[in-house]
Amino acid sequence: MATTLEDRPRTAPPPGGAVSGGHDQDNGTPGAVDLRRLYRDTGIGEVLQQLDDELIGLAPVKERISEIAAYLIVDKARRAQGLRSGSPSLHMCFTGNPGTGKTTVAQRMADILHRLGYIRHNHLVSVTRDDLVGQYIGHTAPKTREVLKKAMGGVLFIDEAYYLYRPENERDYGQESIEILLQIMENQRDDLVVILAGYKSRMDTFFQSNPGMSSRIAHHIDFPDYSAEELLRIAQLMVTQIDYRLDAEAQTAMREYVERRMSQAHFANARSIRNALDRARLRQAARLFRTAMSAREGDSGKDELMTIAAADIRASRVFGNEPRPQKIAAALPEAAISDR
Amino acid sequence: MMTNYGNRLTQGQFSFLPDLTDAQIKAQVSYALKQGWAVNVEYTDDPHPRNTYWEMFGLPMFDLKDPAGVMQEIDACRKTFASHYVRVTAFDATRGWETPRMSFIVNRPVEEPGFRLDRQEMAGRLQRYSIHSYAADKPAGERY
Ligand SMILES: Nc1ncnc2c1ncn2[C@@H]1O[C@H](COP(=O)(O)OP(=O)(O)OP(=O)(O)O)[C@@H](O)[C@H]1O
Ligand SMILES: [Mg+2]
Repeated sequence: MATTLEDRPRTAPPPGGAVSGGHDQDNGTPGAVDLRRLYRDTGIGEVLQQLDDELIGLAPVKERISEIAAYLIVDKARRAQGLRSGSPSLHMCFTGNPGTGKTTVAQRMADILHRLGYIRHNHLVSVTRDDLVGQYIGHTAPKTREVLKKAMGGVLFIDEAYYLYRPENERDYGQESIEILLQIMENQRDDLVVILAGYKSRMDTFFQSNPGMSSRIAHHIDFPDYSAEELLRIAQLMVTQIDYRLDAEAQTAMREYVERRMSQAHFANARSIRNALDRARLRQAARLFRTAMSAREGDSGKDELMTIAAADIRASRVFGNEPRPQKIAAALPEAAISDR
Repeated sequence: MMTNYGNRLTQGQFSFLPDLTDAQIKAQVSYALKQGWAVNVEYTDDPHPRNTYWEMFGLPMFDLKDPAGVMQEIDACRKTFASHYVRVTAFDATRGWETPRMSFIVNRPVEEPGFRLDRQEMAGRLQRYSIHSYAADKPAGERY
């Protein structure tokens, strides 16, 4: 986590370093463009660094983003030198299983593309089928156009894009929306970047029936599932972000939890971890109350308030425990009840 | 108005200047959006100075960040109503304002015959004046 994008071997080197080779001697060339300065001026380094710090794993995704950044900086340099530059198409498609970070990365993309000067506003409009497709004849086109106008100058993110296409209903209005999108994606590349997201297999089917869509997307990026190791690190990151911590035993419990959970049904990668932690926090709260009630004083230290213990995690159904029917009164302070 | 200055309608902002280019229109729209005003496109073939309510071309555009969407609407309106007047209005919904803050013409007919001043003699020496658009003598749709 502490490694910077600079010295991490598994992803592409940073755009600045990648192209200038990190040598000063280029600067002497007459009319040369200092790529490193361009790199620094965009502030893109910080954004990529932040992406690296706040998102665990996802090496191929980060690599592709680095490449895009490098490409856009070089494109800028080329234009500065009066070289031709066909405005690059940056429409993207993010595929991957549930909870692999597609939505999260799309949110960051607007920031990245804005810093690189590719879009005019740091602005992302996130929509699903319901925002684009109308209910009756003549409703869809204005609806789609309105969304497009709002997204202009920024990024339009269409989550679960395959819902736009409903082959089972040949009169489905989704097709109309797709056609308007295609037109804008082709003709107004300077005005809008479209990012589609969804599960891989369904996205593939969607593209098979809409080849025009697939060919307008320059970057198909696949989000891999996380390894157990990565999920554990994600858990660590998530708890620190909300001022909690796992004690040593809880970490072991979390590791076992991750291993068990991964092989079970409805596993949703990082989202499952987030949900598990949410429930662990509930249990921690109940536990703190129980101890406070049985003790004479109700004080809880900052430490206790922050710590998630192994028991909070092991009480999960994943460890074969039936959810215990909790009596509300058991968790509530008796004093509070009798006070009433 | 009666003099039909330069044989062209002078209403709203910039109307004594040469027609704005698209780049200039875009810059004005950008400004309006930055202020948080809702921009809409309107058209008419009855540009009497007291005709304040022109027809709306589509709905007002709220929550836009970028002028590209407005430019698209302007183009569409110019195409549909090539020989009408088209204007862009920016509405400020802030409490206390609740009024258009900008308004300027972005399309005008080739021929602009202008207006005539009618004088009506009344009882005594009283005289009433009214402004009459030459174009409006014809039915709607055939005026310009
Ligand atoms: N690499 C990661 N590092 C840290 N947190 C992550 C990472 N990937 C995802 N998360 C977290 O996991 C949760 C789910 O991620 P996200 O909503 O982006 O997944 P998704 O791929 O869009 O899922 P779905 O396909 O179900 O919509 C979010 O709370 C996000 O913060
Ligand atoms: Mg998502």
